[in-house]
Amino acid sequence: MVTKTSAAPDPTTTNAPERRLPEHLRRSLTHIGLILFGLIMLYPLLWMLASSFKPTAEIFRDPSLFTGNFTPGNYAEGWTALQHPFQHYMLNSAIVVAGSIIGNLIGCSMAAYAFARLEFRGRKLFFAIMLMTIMLPIHVVIVPQYILFANIGWINTFYPLIVPKLLATDGFFIFLMVQFIRGLPKDLDEAARIDGCGHVRIFLRIILPLSAPALATTAIFTFIWTWNDFFTQLIFLTSPDMYTVPVALRTFVDSSSQTSWGPLFAMSVVALGPVFGFFLAGQRYLVKGIATTGIK
Amino acid sequence: MSTVLQHRQPAGSAATAAAPAKKPSTKQGDSRQRRESLVAYGFLAPWFIGLGFITIGPILASLYFSFTDYSLIGDPEWVGLENYQRMLTDERLHNSLAVTFQYVFVSVPLQLALALALAMVLDRGVRGLALYRSIYYLPSLLGGSVAIAILWRQVFGANGLINQVLAFFGIQGEGWVSNPDYALGTLIILNVWTFGAPMVIFLAGLRQIPRMYYEAASVDGASPARRFFSITVPLLTPIIFFNLVLQMINAFQTFTQAFIVSGGTGGPTDSTLFYTLYLYQRGFGSFDMGYASAMAWLLLMIIGGFTVVNFLASKYWVFYGD
Repeated sequence: MVTKTSAAPDPTTTNAPERRLPEHLRRSLTHIGLILFGLIMLYPLLWMLASSFKPTAEIFRDPSLFTGNFTPGNYAEGWTALQHPFQHYMLNSAIVVAGSIIGNLIGCSMAAYAFARLEFRGRKLFFAIMLMTIMLPIHVVIVPQYILFANIGWINTFYPLIVPKLLATDGFFIFLMVQFIRGLPKDLDEAARIDGCGHVRIFLRIILPLSAPALATTAIFTFIWTWNDFFTQLIFLTSPDMYTVPVALRTFVDSSSQTSWGPLFAMSVVALGPVFGFFLAGQRYLVKGIATTGIK
Repeated sequence: MSTVLQHRQPAGSAATAAAPAKKPSTKQGDSRQRRESLVAYGFLAPWFIGLGFITIGPILASLYFSFTDYSLIGDPEWVGLENYQRMLTDERLHNSLAVTFQYVFVSVPLQLALALALAMVLDRGVRGLALYRSIYYLPSLLGGSVAIAILWRQVFGANGLINQVLAFFGIQGEGWVSNPDYALGTLIILNVWTFGAPMVIFLAGLRQIPRMYYEAASVDGASPARRFFSITVPLLTPIIFFNLVLQMINAFQTFTQAFIVSGGTGGPTDSTLFYTLYLYQRGFGSFDMGYASAMAWLLLMIIGGFTVVNFLASKYWVFYGD
């Protein structure tokens, strides 16, 4: 399977010398520029974090990251500012996220196995349709989806947010997994086939375990997107009992006057926390994932 | 990392890869193929149901609803082309189109230019590449969230972070999000801020360009600008194209940021009334489902149209190297 060719990559990484600044000086300047730019980009985030510990009046006065009046009370106040304590919304979000992850992992991996490994009538056509659905904006289908879910009594439940995932409607992840499975050597499934394994067992015992990186990428992206998703949750969840974190935050903005920005910032930080955590934990998969499929 | 892009193939040819070799068409082979088809449809069953009920069904249903007057109460009432006629004279709709186009055509080129510039700097063998890449990518992950939109509302508010910094330099800023001339600009900045995702894709693309091209050009005395326009840009056009299509489609769908920053109104004076936001107001504010369906179809046509134009135009500027 492995074919070694002599076309090894050229080991020279330095550019040919030119009429330029000395190399080390140029490098230092590049780093300084990159760090400065990164700081400017991240400053609003850092400032929000710092401001969540400031009294509200100071948020509107002090652009620095430091405060003389460290105020952890913003978190306590924000946590209980809405109809339910904030863990209620976090739990709702967690349910929706967990359901979406499980749904995407099951539905998309099954579809991906069929597209990547099986021969069937209409494969090219269905694959093309699947690629087209990736580009389909949710706004085009949201109205009739709402009517459908209203008719079967699913409005204000988590079903409209989770069931579509199980039905593999997130084409990105099918695509991502198809690309990954195609990269796996076919010898393994053929050997298993000769040993009398059926497709279900090949899928469960060989393809799925080997696809762990693609599954991890899918899980991480699903987590982040679902946790951040606002549009569908705003539409399908109509009572405060069912609100997820983004929808709850929105009611917080609408109800709060200038005076409660401290608690509002505190809860925004809480809302971003899990995404940030997953970002730190799963960077490798994230970068691979976007480079493979170009998704955000 | 460096091989990732090789896995990505143009949409059309993707389905042809890795097809099993044709079996001789004996009786046994036929039945085996048929069985494999059945197994495949089994694996695809959830996807088929989803396609029918969650994707294609709703698209067709919204075509029907777009010819009706329907408020969820009672039955849809057939009104023919009335919704589409109303769209012709709906000033707010025209305004929302103008706002959305402005947003897409200003923010996406800026975002991609920044992404490419940073990717080129990082591609020159900078140490700590992974760290920089992660830092610049972070806003892409957070940018669409309610929390960041809340932050933006404060940062560009009358007493927000921007004006506090400007005041430090003795400049009196104004309430950027509450001024119809600037409100859209703050959302454009927010989109440009999320340049990290296309940057990562550009970086992967730049890795695919063989170093020896640059070395050969240097030896021949090509200037950096010349190398950029004669080597980097042509070889990167497939990636530029890919990012362009994707980010345009994303930008057309922007909703959360405008909704939160304007408090759901699309204000001030409809200056941030994105198409999606107006669709939401008609559909789920006033439950004018017929009109909202017609708007959904117009959006589908617009996005479809742009994608087609992009693909057709790509023949003239995208270089696939074969």
